[in-house]
Amino acid sequence: MQEGNRDKAIGSVRAWEVVVAACFLVFGAIVVWDSQRLGARWGDEGPQAGYFPFYIGIFIIVSAAMILYNAITSGAKGRKPFVMWEQLRTILVVMVPSVLYVALMENPWLSMGMYVPSALFIAFFMRFLGKYGWLRIAAVSIGTTVAFFVMFEIWFKVPLPKGPLEAAFGFA
Amino acid sequence: MQEIHNLMGGFAVALSWFNLMLMLAGITLGVIIGVLPGLGGANGVAILLPLTFSMAQQPGGATSAIILLSCIYWGALFGGAITSILFNIPGEPWSVATTFDGYPLGQKGRAGAALTAAFTSSFFGALVGVLMITFLSPIVARFALQFGPPEFFSVYLLTFCAFVGMSRGSPFKTIASMMLGFALAAVGIDTVTGQLRLTFGLEVLLKGFDFLIAVIGLFGIGEILLTLEEGLEFKGTRARLNMKVVLETWKELPRYWKTSLRGAAVGCLMGIVPGGATPASFMSYGIAKKMSRDGEKFGTGVVEGVVAPETAAHAAGTSALLPMITLGVPGSPTAAVLLGGLLIWGLQPGPLLFTEKPDFVWGLIASMYLGNIVGLIVVLTCVPLFAAILRVPFAIIMPVIMVICAIGAYTVHNSMFDVWLMLIFGAMGYVFKKLDYPLAPLVLALVLGDNAENAFRQSMLLSQGDMRIFFSNALVGSITALSLLLLFWPLISKVIELARGKKLRPPPTEE
Repeated sequence: MQEGNRDKAIGSVRAWEVVVAACFLVFGAIVVWDSQRLGARWGDEGPQAGYFPFYIGIFIIVSAAMILYNAITSGAKGRKPFVMWEQLRTILVVMVPSVLYVALMENPWLSMGMYVPSALFIAFFMRFLGKYGWLRIAAVSIGTTVAFFVMFEIWFKVPLPKGPLEAAFGFA
Repeated sequence: MQEIHNLMGGFAVALSWFNLMLMLAGITLGVIIGVLPGLGGANGVAILLPLTFSMAQQPGGATSAIILLSCIYWGALFGGAITSILFNIPGEPWSVATTFDGYPLGQKGRAGAALTAAFTSSFFGALVGVLMITFLSPIVARFALQFGPPEFFSVYLLTFCAFVGMSRGSPFKTIASMMLGFALAAVGIDTVTGQLRLTFGLEVLLKGFDFLIAVIGLFGIGEILLTLEEGLEFKGTRARLNMKVVLETWKELPRYWKTSLRGAAVGCLMGIVPGGATPASFMSYGIAKKMSRDGEKFGTGVVEGVVAPETAAHAAGTSALLPMITLGVPGSPTAAVLLGGLLIWGLQPGPLLFTEKPDFVWGLIASMYLGNIVGLIVVLTCVPLFAAILRVPFAIIMPVIMVICAIGAYTVHNSMFDVWLMLIFGAMGYVFKKLDYPLAPLVLALVLGDNAENAFRQSMLLSQGDMRIFFSNALVGSITALSLLLLFWPLISKVIELARGKKLRPPPTEE
């Protein structure tokens, strides 16, 4: 945002409107198709399983078609940028580590549970965005995680997934 | 008066030390949740809901649990005003109108006056809302006891049509978002026939989509992503709130009694209707601007401009609970989450609740009075503390909120799949918000989908597939007619405007 000329727009509002409306169209079609498969008519014992969702699907298709029409015929409003590259970059900086964070919790190789990835996640952002010293990073990330541990495992007795580190301390 | 007697019984339940402590904890937590970006009333309550499972198992525990959760809701409502006035960030959609005059007041160095006015009028609005609940809800509940499936379906229909009629954006986007909610609610095992719907052989989809996950993702993660766009820092006014400022503002407030009363009336009326809080706050602001002697000064920082939207928003936020406890039809996403809580604790919201669990209902209503008093005291005394939370650097607060959301999503069903779903809903919430798709109809449809479908099926069974059952008597007929009127309201209002020969005004944009 600081350097206007280097800041590219990622798609126009119109383009994204069309994409989302198309997704709705496809989704609506899936719902209608699945309802047809189950039977969307009047069975021997009353309405069949697809009776209600069938109409839901129809409604989705009709409204998505209208949104699509409105998006295509929208004038200047549709040409507005949807998101600037600089903004998208900040969002990806959060989303990509978040995906990694969830992947670390449970995967076929080394599931680390809820707590260790949480501490790593907080530490990553403190280092990457906040540029804090390692001592403060350790204090905040480990402190927060331990607080969560005490609150959930001991106080409220709501067990969260645990990995090898917790097992080493005798919590399974 | 039976109601007064019941209410006294309710106070006896709510006024235990344990419950008072829960109120204090709930309000404080609620204000913090309301102040933090990415945590609002709805997903704050959704995240904490799993923690109340064990609490609700004990005798009388369900009442304590609802007191805790509803106090978080009141706290979040109060908290929204703090961010609006000090940081120009509306914490909730209905705080948008508060920024119009609240933020300029802060810029003028009168943040204290703005905050005092906001809190006091919130309190007043809530009080009027609770009074209405106290006296109106037993009547509504008694009335609703005679409801059959067609009546219930027509009430659901009214709920959803109200969203279309009241939305300020494209009605098609409201419908699309709502129907997406219904479709997601249908995923999983059909309760009537036992058939699998929309699962495509995927085992993870058997359980269906839990709306709590949707709430945490859409409102939590989605909100964080939107905040990120704005940049990574909050720039705000300093808050100083001492007794002198409070007392001075209180001296000024009685002057605006007309504005307050109008705001409360608008709020109560609109609050019963789903999605009413946001339009109520704008409407109250608009009416106050038109009726006030200082109307043209609105927007430059006048106390009256804070009083009007805050009273209405709180009155509406409170009365949104009326249809939730009497009919089982929540009026807002947060009310929907509270309803979800009731179901999880094994209580069936609806007319029978008043006769079967009077302790619970009246304990809840009494706690609304007490909670708001506690809330007013807490926010008036601790504003600097809460404002300081927003000064915690974003690099710390953001990942901590993400972690809280992830834990919250996991604890709903102890399922890792839900945490992934939360991320997907988060990305979806971001795109939807950017394109002005409303999220509240989606959440409410997801909550009410099964009930609405069952009511529809039972009605159809009664009438052997004849749609005219929804017009079969005066009651159900008038509710259905009103729903259809609301559904086609965007169309009707356009026709009226065209008939008057006015040029079509572009719809007011969000924020």
